[in-house]
Amino acid sequence: MKAQLEAIRKGALEAIAATQAMADLEALRVKYLGKKGELTAVLKQMGALSAEERPAMGQMANDVRARLEEAIEAQSAALSQKAMEAKLKLETLDVTIPGKKPLQGHKHPMYSVLDEMKEIFLNMGFEIMDGPEIEQADYNFTKLNAPENHPSRDWTDTFYLKEDSSVLLRSQTSPMQIRAMETYGVPIRMISAGRVYRKDEVDATHSPMFHQIEGLVVDKGITMADLKGTLNAVIREIYGPGTVTRFRPHHFPFTEPSCEVDIQCYKCGGRGCPTCKGEGWIEILGAGMVHPKVLRNCGIDPEEYSGFAFGMGLERLALGQYKISDMRLIFENDMRFLEQF
Amino acid sequence: MKLSRKWLQEFVDVGPVNDRDFAEAMTISGSKVEITEDLGAEISNIVVGRILSMERHPDSDHMWVCQLDVGQAEPVQIVTGAWNIHEGDLVPVALHKSTLPGGKKIEKGKLRGVPSNGMLCSLSELGLDERDFPYAAVTAAALLNDYKPIDPVKPSIPADIKAGDKVFGPVIAAFVQEVTPRTDIPGTYTIYLLGGENCFEVITNCSNIHLEDMVAFNTKTETICTLADLRAEQREFPHCIPDGIFVLHEDCKPGDDIRPVIGADDHVVEFEITPNRPDCLSVIGLAREAAVTFHKPLKLHAPVVKGGAPGALTELLDVETPDPDLCPRYTARMVRNVKIAPSPKWMRERLRASGVRPINNIVDITNYVMLEYGQPMHAFDYRYVKGGKIVVRRAKDGEELTTLDNNVRRLTSDMLVIADDTRAVGLAGVMGGLNSEIVADTADVVFESANFDGACIRKTALALGMRTEASAKFEKGLDILNTLPAVNRACELVELLGAGEVVDGVIDILNYVPQPVTVKFEPAKMNRFLGVDVPEDEQHRTLLDLGFGLEGDTIAVPSWRSDVEHWSDIAEEVARFYGYNKIPDTLSSGLNERRGWTRAQQAENTMGALCRAAGYSEIITYSFISPACYDKIDLPADSPLRDSMKILNPLGEDTSIMRTTTLPSMLEILARNYNYRNKSVRLYELGRTYFAKNDGSGMADEPKVLSLGAYGGDMDFFTLKGAVETILDGLRITGVQYEAETENPSYHPGRCARICRGGAVLGVLGQIHPHVADNYGVDCELYAAELRLDAMCQCAGCKPLYCPLPKFPAVTRDISLLCGCDVPVAALEDCIRRGARGLLKNESLFDIYTGPGVPDGKKSVAFSLELRADDRSLTAEEADEDVKSILELLRTELGAVLR
Repeated sequence: MKAQLEAIRKGALEAIAATQAMADLEALRVKYLGKKGELTAVLKQMGALSAEERPAMGQMANDVRARLEEAIEAQSAALSQKAMEAKLKLETLDVTIPGKKPLQGHKHPMYSVLDEMKEIFLNMGFEIMDGPEIEQADYNFTKLNAPENHPSRDWTDTFYLKEDSSVLLRSQTSPMQIRAMETYGVPIRMISAGRVYRKDEVDATHSPMFHQIEGLVVDKGITMADLKGTLNAVIREIYGPGTVTRFRPHHFPFTEPSCEVDIQCYKCGGRGCPTCKGEGWIEILGAGMVHPKVLRNCGIDPEEYSGFAFGMGLERLALGQYKISDMRLIFENDMRFLEQF
Repeated sequence: MKLSRKWLQEFVDVGPVNDRDFAEAMTISGSKVEITEDLGAEISNIVVGRILSMERHPDSDHMWVCQLDVGQAEPVQIVTGAWNIHEGDLVPVALHKSTLPGGKKIEKGKLRGVPSNGMLCSLSELGLDERDFPYAAVTAAALLNDYKPIDPVKPSIPADIKAGDKVFGPVIAAFVQEVTPRTDIPGTYTIYLLGGENCFEVITNCSNIHLEDMVAFNTKTETICTLADLRAEQREFPHCIPDGIFVLHEDCKPGDDIRPVIGADDHVVEFEITPNRPDCLSVIGLAREAAVTFHKPLKLHAPVVKGGAPGALTELLDVETPDPDLCPRYTARMVRNVKIAPSPKWMRERLRASGVRPINNIVDITNYVMLEYGQPMHAFDYRYVKGGKIVVRRAKDGEELTTLDNNVRRLTSDMLVIADDTRAVGLAGVMGGLNSEIVADTADVVFESANFDGACIRKTALALGMRTEASAKFEKGLDILNTLPAVNRACELVELLGAGEVVDGVIDILNYVPQPVTVKFEPAKMNRFLGVDVPEDEQHRTLLDLGFGLEGDTIAVPSWRSDVEHWSDIAEEVARFYGYNKIPDTLSSGLNERRGWTRAQQAENTMGALCRAAGYSEIITYSFISPACYDKIDLPADSPLRDSMKILNPLGEDTSIMRTTTLPSMLEILARNYNYRNKSVRLYELGRTYFAKNDGSGMADEPKVLSLGAYGGDMDFFTLKGAVETILDGLRITGVQYEAETENPSYHPGRCARICRGGAVLGVLGQIHPHVADNYGVDCELYAAELRLDAMCQCAGCKPLYCPLPKFPAVTRDISLLCGCDVPVAALEDCIRRGARGLLKNESLFDIYTGPGVPDGKKSVAFSLELRADDRSLTAEEADEDVKSILELLRTELGAVLR
């Protein structure tokens, strides 16, 4: 009997190890361990053994069973592992085939730049204001201290909707300074962006409609140093932390002192190149301390309050950031253009 | 404003500062430099040479081989085709490896076999013209040895003509025996001629005559004939041309660099002057800025006039200013016995460097003073000032004046003229009249130095389309105290140039006495305002150097600084010379109550994001459109949308009215993309429309519209509607109904829906009417939606509330209904919802079918119904009860039955 068990163990282990398919393995399990299996058959002979022999034989039979079950389990795991590998191999894809993209629209590059600007100012505690594009000359010019005979008031420069030149398409976003101060008083910290209109024929750098962003801060004790600090912070957000700026005196009717702000040419680093027209600097915005007359026009006492204002053209910023060569592309809205952003 | 640095040097010595550093410093202190130019930058290796000898080229009928002393050990040989030079002449020599203006390079070479080591230069080759060096004009004699008959068979002059032969009338051929340049009058020559038996000695300014030439000599006038004298054409004497080498009559010697000789050693700095600083449109104004910028003294000079010309000014000239408001000041002086001539080289060079063409001494003086003082001047020929009287008056409506540019100007009474007793002789502050122009024989001159009303001059220049240097200055408002020094400076220059004799006295009519402006000097306040700490004495010094007066704490603003009237203006003066870039960077503290996005702004941001998520890309279109756009979208003639606000001075018809609808803008962009053959296009725009307010203000309501436009790909009505639904869902707008819109003329009558919620119309969506598409030249289906932002924002829902997830399973029942073709799905859905007895949680359409098996005029519509109770598992019976009720209502209300 011992020899029988030994033979079963040896034969079964060899057979199990040789199986290639799950079904064969199951057949072996039935063959050896099933109710009518060989091991069971051997165990049925246990009754014929002596009482001394029985425990040892029983022990041996159980060991063989355990050993076979273990072998079947291991072989089963090995076979399913193999089967899985085969399946995975069959399912292998060419991962370099392009993916299936959901159709996604694109933000207009001009407004991407604008939104970036808005976020910067919102983070600095500004609010965003919106105002009319059809505007009174009073707001667009007079209250901004533009003299009565200022050339920008000419019908050759500004679009008018009334014969008496009292209503026009705003030529700048600056009237929003007046509206903000009149509506909300002081203190104020706001930006306003939008469409403005000037009588320029369409070409690579001009459009009769374009966009500006305007900012205004009025409070007690606002200084020109605050103007510089704020604008430098904004410029470094837009153009990068190492951007070198240059503030130089300029003239606007509604600010005093006034300045224009240049950044050192990002292309040549200030040595002079075609991008900066050899100057080494690129003008990006105009700014200044709010003119006392403008404050007074809005009922604010310039001896008590001061402020600064700034404005910049968005097209130039967008064209510069995306290296767009022609402003006409902005308003042409060719799908092949829009899809690039 | 172009500034000659040589000229500047006369008023301030800024030291050895190169152009770049000069430009940077001036820009930083407020005078923006546009460009700097080294006038001699393109000229290299060009020197003065003296012609030692000239020989005719052995192998050419017109070239000369010259030996030149160019200051080197050995003479240089150069071959030239020019005939106006003679031994002893000083000429510009472009040596081997030299460059000329325009980038032209000169190298040695051979001309018909003879080595030539450079080139002799003409005026134009040096970038100059006769106005710069009037003496360099060439007069050419007609040389008979250069004669080429037009008709070789019948020459006007026989080929074998000999000295003494008659050419015609008193003109004979004469042989040149000797040519001697005259040292007393440069540019003239003494010539000995042999004409047959006779010898002649002639003085001529024809510079192309050399030994052995044959000339045509007029024995009667004793002159050598030019082409004009012979009535010959240029092609008959191809080398006798009024052009040639620039023969220098300057104080120079062989080997000298040509640049200082011709004034190309100057550097020009061009400034962009802001309109508030007309004082900087002058050499003196800029010199003052430069002096303060570089901390150097400003050297001003008070003009000194000797005077003493015969006559009394008051008897010679009378000035009236009947319109004192337009002519605050009129200052005039007179010069007699004027000798019109070219002005001296230094003056011509400075004018030229400043961008002004030299003309003659008197005109040049007026321009010189205008540039130096910033005060426009005018010179009249006294003989044309009828009655010796100048009247500065408004023009008569329709009055005509021919200005110096030879244009006839029709004037109006808004314009100011300078007139004599009878007629206008000049357009005040803009341009003189042709009738009183300074000409070669002008003997007596009136210098005008006036101050005119800026607005009047500006309007006049604008109306006549003739903005001049003078008008550009006047329109900015000039210093009224500047007229007298300027006219005196002009008279001083007349005496300096020997151009005439100045009459004693000045006519000076002052119609307006300027009140000096004062501002309080508050250095501490300046520092507080600027956020700096500039010492009081530094502020003090800056102001004094700029010409401000300071007594106690009162600042007196100089007359030329009309831009300064308030302490903030003083702050700018302090700041710009302290240096804007030295002001520290600080951030103002303090938070406002209002900050961050407003609700409406957030809604707009959300809309944009939803559109892009749905595959639509953003566009920007013009707010103004053409009136024809309304026809293109088939708006009826009486549509209120046609009531657009009109731009009175549009760029053109296409951009002349403010849009009341964004549809034409969208369709135009779709059509453009279609023409570019872009296959599938989805676009959106958040744009404004414009409607006149009815309050008489002229202002507008400017409601925003979200417009979608699309074509191509899988685009159809329901794809567009899905996008609109997604957008409305994203804004949490619920309870939206879509009603068939058959009346909108721009849309397909069977494929257009009105989007409603409650009583409000949110917008419209649908397929564009094929006729409208055709109007835009598009032959595929176009789709568009227009959604009103204000209406949407009003309907936008709040944040959603959580609804507990179902604990019990649902029962699904699919029903297939047979109903009339005209029954809308929305009506079926409505019945299903109302028919249910409370267990229906959701219904979804999954099929619509017409065709075999369905009777004509009917359709089959299939829904999947989801029924569920929140508190228990449903039995099939319970579910069927609800379905039965639904079917009952469908049958009674819509005649829809189970298929």
